[in-house]
Amino acid sequence: MDGRSEALGAPGAVSPRPRPRVVHGQGPVLAVVALGGALGACARYGAGLLWPAPAGGFPWTTLGVNALGCLVIGAFLVAITEGRPVHRLVRPFFGTGVLGGFTTFSTYAVDIRRLVEGGRPAAGLLYLLLTVAAALVAVWTGAAVTRRIVRATERRPG
Amino acid sequence: MNWLLVVAGAVFGAPARYLTDRWVQARHDSVFPWGTFAVNVAGSFVLGVVTGSGEIPAKVQLLVGTGFCGALTTYSTFSFETLRLAEDGAGFYAVANVVGSIAAGLGAAFSGAAVASALWS
Repeated sequence: MDGRSEALGAPGAVSPRPRPRVVHGQGPVLAVVALGGALGACARYGAGLLWPAPAGGFPWTTLGVNALGCLVIGAFLVAITEGRPVHRLVRPFFGTGVLGGFTTFSTYAVDIRRLVEGGRPAAGLLYLLLTVAAALVAVWTGAAVTRRIVRATERRPG
Repeated sequence: MNWLLVVAGAVFGAPARYLTDRWVQARHDSVFPWGTFAVNVAGSFVLGVVTGSGEIPAKVQLLVGTGFCGALTTYSTFSFETLRLAEDGAGFYAVANVVGSIAAGLGAAFSGAAVASALWS
């Protein structure tokens, strides 16, 4: 996430912004994303082993994992973008890697299909709605609470 | 062994998400988060294939499903990008992101399962 290539182009800018190169110079970022992704995926896998969903049952564990990941990413991204600046590898490691690897959209989609195909369409719809509601409330809460803390800290002298 | 399979899948899935997002985001000027949308739909399709047939060995499901697809797709970035759209006054795009991602992800998961049952039954 270097500022040079990630800068948002202003709408209506005179010259078109140059296309950022996708892979060039991304070695350290890719390494920390891979490491973080592995840690996040292991945490998600471990949660599934600790609290396995019953066969054909409601996937509470994945719902909890996704809601928790959304709460944390809301807090984390507000903290590093509106609060104290951090090393340039912190965001790809923790945000893109750990939290991206921890939460999952594919298991969410496939679990809805499983419930529907298993003859429980109402449970599938409930899971669909509960997850997205929990995720959005969580990310908003994480961001809003952190924003209050950041602003309160800024007002303090020193 | 199982943990290693999850790790082996995730060390490819997470960087694949990062690179796909960069590649896609560099190719459009809309505020819509097409990069995350693309990885979530693609990952839902692959997981649909992997879980859509009883013929896929459990170890492949851990490597490709739990590890790769789990790390390729993300709910946290999806939620945060939705929140950012809403905060920036792009309410239509925020709603479109939620409805579109879920509809396309479900379509992909069902299609993947249909492909799997056509291939292995």
